Amino acid sequence: MEKAMTSDFSAVSHLRIQPSQGWVALQLRDLWLYRELLYFFIWRDIKVRYKQTALGAAWAVIQPLFTMLVFSLFFGRLAKIPSDGIPYPLFVYCALVPWTFFAQGLAQSADSLVGQGNLIRKVYFPRLAIPLSSVSAGLVDFSISFTVLLALMARYGVRPTSHLVWLPCLLLLAFVTSLGVGLWLSALNVRFRDVKYALPFIIQFWMFATPIAYPSSLLGKPGRLVLALNPMVGVVEGFRWALLGAKTAPGPLMLVSGLAALGVLTGGAFYFRRMEKSFADVV
Amino acid sequence: MSRIAIKAEGISKRYTIGARQQPYRTLRDSIAGAVARPFSVFRPRRAHVAQEDRNVWALRDVSFEIHPGEVVGVIGRNGAGKSTLLKILSRITEPTSGAADLYGRIGSLLEVGTGFHGELTGRENIYLNGAILGMRAKDINRQFDRIVAFAEVEKFIDTPVKHYSTGMYMRLAFAVAAHLEPEILLVDEVLAVGDVSFQRKCLGRIGEVAADGRTVLFVSHNMGAIRSLCTKGIVLDRGRVTHFGQIAKSIEAYFESTNNSSTHAAENDSLPHGFGPILITGSDGTIEQGDSFEVNTTMRIPPAAAGFTLLCVLEDPSQRNIFHLRIDSSDLKLSLPWRDNYAIRLRLPPLWLEPGLYSLWFKALYCGETVQSRILSDIYYLDVSGRSSGWNAVLSPAPRWSLEAVDAAQVCEIEAATSNT
Repeated sequence: MEKAMTSDFSAVSHLRIQPSQGWVALQLRDLWLYRELLYFFIWRDIKVRYKQTALGAAWAVIQPLFTMLVFSLFFGRLAKIPSDGIPYPLFVYCALVPWTFFAQGLAQSADSLVGQGNLIRKVYFPRLAIPLSSVSAGLVDFSISFTVLLALMARYGVRPTSHLVWLPCLLLLAFVTSLGVGLWLSALNVRFRDVKYALPFIIQFWMFATPIAYPSSLLGKPGRLVLALNPMVGVVEGFRWALLGAKTAPGPLMLVSGLAALGVLTGGAFYFRRMEKSFADVV
Repeated sequence: MSRIAIKAEGISKRYTIGARQQPYRTLRDSIAGAVARPFSVFRPRRAHVAQEDRNVWALRDVSFEIHPGEVVGVIGRNGAGKSTLLKILSRITEPTSGAADLYGRIGSLLEVGTGFHGELTGRENIYLNGAILGMRAKDINRQFDRIVAFAEVEKFIDTPVKHYSTGMYMRLAFAVAAHLEPEILLVDEVLAVGDVSFQRKCLGRIGEVAADGRTVLFVSHNMGAIRSLCTKGIVLDRGRVTHFGQIAKSIEAYFESTNNSSTHAAENDSLPHGFGPILITGSDGTIEQGDSFEVNTTMRIPPAAAGFTLLCVLEDPSQRNIFHLRIDSSDLKLSLPWRDNYAIRLRLPPLWLEPGLYSLWFKALYCGETVQSRILSDIYYLDVSGRSSGWNAVLSPAPRWSLEAVDAAQVCEIEAATSNT
């Protein structure tokens, strides 16, 4: 939809409505004008997430923690998968923290448009705000499970390295990946409800394609770079490198992961915008 | 500032019925479509024809201009395209062709309480809903107390709204919307919900907004509301604008088209049986409150030995029953044997109703061969004009007051005289 704001939101503005054709601009300025709404969406998603649950925000810890216990038992103890000299539970949990953020963000955002169909049918706002807020709201869960990670590190006597400063970048990479894929899937989900059924498989397969239960050092060097096309490889390896001092300095790997994530996000955003005009009619 | 608030040029909106019957395309369909596409070169024409058949034009070539400060009612039957028009103007959906220009900040209210979350408290929902409707946080802060007072939920403001009664919920939801301050307000049928006092409150607030010099585009089935609020009207019929002008003329045009169409509503599916169109003598849908008038219609029922009961019902704009007139075939001393066709004429004295839009219809109950059946006529919208009390009264008769200035002694005399009798 074409739109031209002559001046500030509150001044007399001119809006032109006409059919759009094919690919359209992202209109990030429009999103910026609605930043307060975005803030309220995030706030709502955080507030509502664990309402009417007995355990509340504890779920943010339970999920990665129990996955860690299961993995430690089966992969660490029984299968004796190597963990680059790091205690296996810590090795797994350190990867599960960003992974859970990514997977939750992906699941929430993929379902977000359909879940809020009523809003889409009745009110205008930049639709990008919906998946964006779904992924952002996961940051609270992330910080809770991250605190547990720090406690776990103290328990094992592992000191974080000075690479810690890279963590925000790594988190951003996870965020971009989650949002990028979330944009694709949420827009597809409006039209094809198949997404809902495919999503658990996608997340499960993706988890095993990411070196969470095993170190990427199991693969050779060229193999790792191909693997890094999956941006979560960069994230997980990066977390271990920055926090646990794993010896896999993820330089070129990060570059490949970063570029892949950016590609997914850009493509997703444009695809989303292209499909956006039909959301209200189809959802 | 421009002299135009809203300008629509040839807006059309097409929906594909196929897409509605099967709302979600599955991935399989799409893959099958993509695989088949290269082969469609060999049969392009027929596919196009089929496509054309499945299209429905919700709006067709709609053009109009609305100036700042005008309050325009959008009138039309269900499916005429009213809501689609508002959806396009509020950018929820795109037009298929055509364009519109809007000058000014837009607030649209297509539903009361959009985005309310049951788990959040009243206070939280005010902020969330306000933001969804396009209010700034600082505006909400400023208006907060007024919103709460308007909704009359002060005591429960920190209770999750899922514990609210329906009435409280609706009041709160409307209160937020009522404090929007856009230059252009698009409102769709928000009065369809809630009780009479709530509806009146909503109407009053929309009236205030209109009186404030804002541009309002208002969709409603409530002709009374449309008449009292709007200065102009757009009549839509099957997606086209059939009339655009002064509100009184628009309502007239709408009634002409409605009452001329003789769509029978027979509940028992036996279409030949039923009522014909209703006609009010010497009127085009409007009567003065002090007029006596005559209602004419025709009725066709199967010949039935046990007779029938004929009813005529009048309801006011708030759906209060004004009268329920009843006559049995046994009272009519109709000549036997039964006939199946009747011309009905109902003479009514001046009713002195409050001005507004009344609904009038006929109903007949009769014993068919095996079971009791009934037939219903279409609703005739009787538009009563005249003097209004301005209150929610039923009647507004033309009274003859007489007041005489008297002194205190005479008052005592009169009181004594009246208490004796």
